[in-house]
Amino acid sequence: MTTPMANTCGRLEAAWEVLRQIPDPEVPVISLAELGIVRDLRETAGGLEVVLTPTYSGCPATELIQDNVRAGLAAFGEIQITMQRAPAWTTDWISEEGRAKLRAYGIVPPGLTHLTEGQPIRFVRRGASARLACPHCGSENTEKTSAFGSTPCKALYRCLACLEPFEHFKPI
Amino acid sequence: MSTPSIHVGDSTSVRYLLRLADSCLILSQRLGEWCGHGPILEEDLALTNMALDLVGQARGLLTRVGQLDGKGHDEDQLAFLREERHYYNPVLMELPNGDGRPGDFAFTQLRNFAVATWLELLWQRLQSSSDAEVAAIAAKAVKEARYQQQHAADWVVRLGDGTAESKARMEAALATLWPFFNELFVDDAIDAAAVQSGLGPAWSELKAEWQQAMDAVLDEAGLAQPKPSAYVSAGRQGVHSEHMGHMLAEMQYLQRAYPGGVW
Repeated sequence: MTTPMANTCGRLEAAWEVLRQIPDPEVPVISLAELGIVRDLRETAGGLEVVLTPTYSGCPATELIQDNVRAGLAAFGEIQITMQRAPAWTTDWISEEGRAKLRAYGIVPPGLTHLTEGQPIRFVRRGASARLACPHCGSENTEKTSAFGSTPCKALYRCLACLEPFEHFKPI
Repeated sequence: MSTPSIHVGDSTSVRYLLRLADSCLILSQRLGEWCGHGPILEEDLALTNMALDLVGQARGLLTRVGQLDGKGHDEDQLAFLREERHYYNPVLMELPNGDGRPGDFAFTQLRNFAVATWLELLWQRLQSSSDAEVAAIAAKAVKEARYQQQHAADWVVRLGDGTAESKARMEAALATLWPFFNELFVDDAIDAAAVQSGLGPAWSELKAEWQQAMDAVLDEAGLAQPKPSAYVSAGRQGVHSEHMGHMLAEMQYLQRAYPGGVW
């Protein structure tokens, strides 16, 4: 017979495993755990408490994500979802596995935000921003075609070498 | 039968937060009018994505207002069931998107730049609000405002320094919008109370930095700034332009006709 402690750890680990399998509704190639929006998982008297944080203030997938988490973890008893804003989600929390999956899917993962944070915004006479490497052919001969994309978190690019379009997960 | 209106209390913190929440909500509605009408697909996406950021920020703030007001109103009730005089956004936010439907692109971008610059400065300071929830909303929103500001600045320069037609439209937009910027920087007792409690800054505190950003961008765009105007609109006191009622009629129709309707 397992000790209660081991049992608890096993349950939480099993729940994390489920969260590593639930895809993000808008970028289904990565899971909610890999996206870094599951901030905590705790045992409660009747089940589990899942602490989630939103990506963007207006992310329309927030409610769907909550429903999917509830459904995915239904076997663990009563699922209580807590939305927590602080600290604000950053793309730095996307895991290494998540980044690799994004790239393989054709979405350039975000660079680290400390590279841009705290810098004053320059509206005019900006230096050329670093070129993104095309996720298909690796060429850096690429250009931005749209500052916004199919979801709030992405921008659109195209590769001038292989001519394929691709998306960029914006660092925030 | 329609749903009766709700009322919020006169507490200074509720009023202070509603001024910001309503600014986000009402500008979001205006930007949403571009959905399916953007001059190019990329800008259609941009304007609606920015509307989404703004409505997300408004939702967070309205929820907090509901808690502070203590009457059990949720974000939807606060967004859709107040009467015109109980919205406290500056009039700038409710002005139609320029001439025609859905509007004038130059006008829309210039207002976006002015508002995003102002919001960025405000969110920056609200990150250290004495209200932890407001601080958390601000920490996320400040990043979104920066991106919006950058995007709109690009357009102001591109259009101001563009063709004769685009420059003329920018000049016309500037002339129309100029007097309405004043309301973003006036203080009253509600600001003073917010400063006192640490809830947030007095809006006048943002003026110098805002003006600096405007100077840089308008200069690069080759646009001359109009003479200062003495006019100060009074949306922050709930006194709105003739456009507000029409806008609210459209926004509120569903909740008034189908009380409590949800997705």
